[in-house]
Amino acid sequence: MAEGLAEHEASHPALQHHFENLEQQREAGTLGMWVFLVTEIMFFGGMFFAYTLYRTKEPASFASASNHLDLTLGAINTVVLILSSLTMALAVYSAQIGKRINLMVCLTLTIVLGMTFLGIKAVEYRAKYDDHLIPGKLIPGRPFGPEVAQHGEPYDKHKLHLLPGAEVKKVEMFYWIYFAMTGMHAVHMIIGVGLLSVLLFFSWRGRYGPEYHNPVEISGLYWHFVDIIWIFLFPLLYLLGRHLEHL
Amino acid sequence: MQTGWIPLIPESASTVSGKVDALYFYLSGVTVFFTLLISGVLIFFVIKYRRRSPFEIPRPIAGSHKLEMLWSVIPFLIAMSMFAWGAQIYFENSRSPKNANEIYVVGKQWMWKIQHSTGQREINELHVPVGRKIKLIMTSEDTIHDFFVPAFRIKADVLPGKYTNQWFEATKPGTYHLFCAEYCGMNHSGMIGSIVVMQPAEFDNWLSGNASQQSPAVAGQQLFQSLGCVSCHGANGEGGRGPGLANLFGRKVSFTNGESLTADEAYIRESIENPSAKVVSGFSPIMPTFQGQVTPEQLIQIISYIKSLQVTGAPATIAPATAAQSPTAASPAASATPAK
Amino acid sequence: MKPFESFELPSASRVNYLNADYGLKSWLLTRDHKRIAILYLGSISAFFFIGGLYAMFIRLELLTPQGDLLASTTYNKVFTQHGIIMIFFFLIPSIPATLGNFLVPLMIGAKDLAFPRINLLSWYIYLLGGIVTIWALLAGGIDTGWTFYAPYSTTFSNSYVVATGAGIFITGFSSILTGLNFIVTVHTMRAPGMTWFRLPLFIWSLYATSLIMILGTPVIAITILLLAFERLSHVGIFDPANGGDPVLFQHLFWFYSHPAVYIMVLPGMGVISEIIANFSRKNIFGYKFVAFSSMAIAVFGFLVWGHHLFVASQSVYAGMIFSFLSFAVAIPSAIKVFNWAATLYKGSISFDTPMLYALGFIGLFTIGGMTGLFLASLAVDVHLSDTYFVVAHFHYIMVGGTLLAYLGGLHYWWPKIFGRMYPEGWGRFSALVVFVGFNLTFLPQFIAGYLGMPRRYHAYPPEFQVFNVLSTAGASILGVGLVVPFIYLLWSMRYGKRAEPNPWHLPGLEWRTASPPPTENFLETPQVTWAAYEFAPPEELQVIGKFKDEGVKTSG
Repeated sequence: MAEGLAEHEASHPALQHHFENLEQQREAGTLGMWVFLVTEIMFFGGMFFAYTLYRTKEPASFASASNHLDLTLGAINTVVLILSSLTMALAVYSAQIGKRINLMVCLTLTIVLGMTFLGIKAVEYRAKYDDHLIPGKLIPGRPFGPEVAQHGEPYDKHKLHLLPGAEVKKVEMFYWIYFAMTGMHAVHMIIGVGLLSVLLFFSWRGRYGPEYHNPVEISGLYWHFVDIIWIFLFPLLYLLGRHLEHL
Repeated sequence: MQTGWIPLIPESASTVSGKVDALYFYLSGVTVFFTLLISGVLIFFVIKYRRRSPFEIPRPIAGSHKLEMLWSVIPFLIAMSMFAWGAQIYFENSRSPKNANEIYVVGKQWMWKIQHSTGQREINELHVPVGRKIKLIMTSEDTIHDFFVPAFRIKADVLPGKYTNQWFEATKPGTYHLFCAEYCGMNHSGMIGSIVVMQPAEFDNWLSGNASQQSPAVAGQQLFQSLGCVSCHGANGEGGRGPGLANLFGRKVSFTNGESLTADEAYIRESIENPSAKVVSGFSPIMPTFQGQVTPEQLIQIISYIKSLQVTGAPATIAPATAAQSPTAASPAASATPAK
Repeated sequence: MKPFESFELPSASRVNYLNADYGLKSWLLTRDHKRIAILYLGSISAFFFIGGLYAMFIRLELLTPQGDLLASTTYNKVFTQHGIIMIFFFLIPSIPATLGNFLVPLMIGAKDLAFPRINLLSWYIYLLGGIVTIWALLAGGIDTGWTFYAPYSTTFSNSYVVATGAGIFITGFSSILTGLNFIVTVHTMRAPGMTWFRLPLFIWSLYATSLIMILGTPVIAITILLLAFERLSHVGIFDPANGGDPVLFQHLFWFYSHPAVYIMVLPGMGVISEIIANFSRKNIFGYKFVAFSSMAIAVFGFLVWGHHLFVASQSVYAGMIFSFLSFAVAIPSAIKVFNWAATLYKGSISFDTPMLYALGFIGLFTIGGMTGLFLASLAVDVHLSDTYFVVAHFHYIMVGGTLLAYLGGLHYWWPKIFGRMYPEGWGRFSALVVFVGFNLTFLPQFIAGYLGMPRRYHAYPPEFQVFNVLSTAGASILGVGLVVPFIYLLWSMRYGKRAEPNPWHLPGLEWRTASPPPTENFLETPQVTWAAYEFAPPEELQVIGKFKDEGVKTSG
């Protein structure tokens, strides 16, 4: 890390050998994260495109499938993530002004909130598993096959209530996209929690201060980005089309 | 082809092939011109300005906006002429003519199954008369194929679960290649056949020589009865609990969800396989799905039957093209004038 | 990478990036962009060799119309694997990951790329993707065509689609990381005085390429992921039997894969700009036009994917829009060609090997580009799509363009990379052989294509044989032309004449340091006061920093 320091002796220990100064290093790190987030947008963009296409093609099936999602848990998760963005922003602020304890508390809170989100997501996934809603044959021995409620049957949250024009096959498509999108999002959350844990370790060691806190900043960027993805996923998957329930 | 020269363009045997060739020659001409121009300029400069002493440093030239404009605008204009020409031919041919004879094509790994509207079936071979517009209605039983006839300069993907159309009018009797042009697996290069273009009289002979099998519309009518469609849609598609089917094809249909569309092959297919997707206004979604019960070929037959219900209450027997065309066929005019 | 250990040390004890450290570990854990470039060079050459082997089998099989050499199933795998190896493991990384990696910091006066560890990681990812793919090929291969069209790939193919897809998916991240590294490096690491418009055009072209890499590659990644899930679960997202749309796959696929063509060719254009300017000792004619045309290509390249779907039941109007845009994207390429030609005007033109490759490039790229117009033209494309005309067209761009540029660039910077000159006579000879062999291989395919010979045919009607025989003959010549440089370049690494710091007497920053450069590239941070291609007498082209023969400090 500190090799090749011959020419800039008086530099900060965190300065890597190929940068002229910390300012350049910070700029590079931040720009790098932004560029990375652009690739992430394109990555999720492909799935948003597929979602939009099939949603337009099969509105009834997608609405029926969407109705089956747990709106309460989804909403709680949205709140959890927004809170975690707040604590993340506070963590960056604490690093900038050099409040080490505050930084550690905020990072810990962010990690806890992230884990809460993942826990709630796991509960939701479990419910889908119980209702045989895992698409295709992804789970060996448990193919997609939800119980379909008969026309006019009273509401049962374990059964699939099809709106007029909806089809089980297309509901499966919805769940396919649902698992692909929320799954990829969860993977990003897990990576984020990992990143924050590393940050927590180093802030315990006192590495970040007013002159060097770029890792905290760019991890913050990443964390906010992952939150924003969810802010799009939540209405698209949970909310859109709910009004079709009473058609 | 028979002169011993290596041919540079394939036989030109349809009404569009000449137009495509003309554009092709234009494109080739421009390509050859620019290739020669660029290589000529390169060779000239490279010789004229070759390095004469090892350390000479030529005077720098910054560039010229005028020249940049010149060689942006001129290529752009040439490109636009190519675009307009190509788009015009494409647009003209994109819509199948109304009075075309319809032929059904089903691609499957690795064969072409073809059925004439008069009932004759062929495999990997298609007999057509000269000077008559032929519309192909194509679908696939498995993966994507592509119906390509180089001599006609036509090609279109044949997709599973969709109907694609293309049309042609042959101008020259002969036997031409039919290729599958979309890679479709092991025996892709074996999915070839021939298009036999005949004089109308010969073609009529061929038609009558081929013990006419059931036409797709008649077969479709039988399916219509055996599958029980009649109980709701009426014996002759006049309707009942289900919407009437007479005159359905090409008509605007509106649905309970407020949308509407013009009934085409894809719509009829969807209504058979997934009836609840679009429910006609004034009816309830009571029709069961027939997905998996009818093969793509049977679907084509049912669609063809429904299409034949164009004249209200008319029975499913469509006037065979042979009967309608026989006066023309009898006339000795061998020239490829299209009928009407 | 071992051979370097036995190198004689160039000029007494001068320390450079090659001899700064020894042993396998010093290579496998290096963070030096130059060493990573060499790692890429080695692995890319290996993949090129495998892809070339497949090409040889294709040409041998097509010598006769019957399809008697290989079984059709084998042939289908051979052409698929030729495409996959060549595109994803050779053409896409070739120039950016080797020449780009080596030269970006040198050309802008930086010590390294912005993220050296990410750079090394990208090589490991590339290698991992390559190994997974090679494993899939050895385990049973793949027969879907490199385009993986659904539903054939999801339902009907009986081959290692998911494993190969995983290999390509992984490799994609290596290209994303390379692109990210280049963008950040060019933005933040330029030496003092190195303004945007003083950058060599190679940097501009790599910058444009990097934009496509970071915007396009994630889309192919997600597309392959969807394809793999579809194949495993059969939910039907691309399968019409379940209500999906196979054409959606084609849209997603080409949304990346058409821009990917520009990933392959833009760096080549950058190399050619360098060679043309430097070997005629002229500043490039219309610098800004050439620079911005790269950016225009990168942007417009994302808007033309639909021209691959003219016969795939796309709507007539979509077809017309895509056709229009495809014609429009040809203009920036035309501008480049004209500017290159104008650069030669009143120059001082040498005929060294790199220049021969560059001149060959312009000729072949012109043909490749112009024949692209045939395919952008709707009515003609209906006839030509999926025929050998398409095959010939994209080989003119990919081989006549990218491969020639790669070889030209490799010769041009060889003295800088290894500190040795290649044998000039052999270089010119093989450049000529490649040019002749290439044209003989692919020119006949244009005609076979217009005559209607479909691509991916294992057996074909006998009337096409004459073109295929010519093509195979040409391919053997081309093969010779590619093997010869391989041999003499390897030879020159040990026995070649020692290269001076600036053997071509050029003003570029990369020539103002030792050959091979020291680990930190420049002994002191360069101050740039000149524009790219500002030629000066040799005595003014000073090496930056004091290189002493004895014991120059370098990092350990």
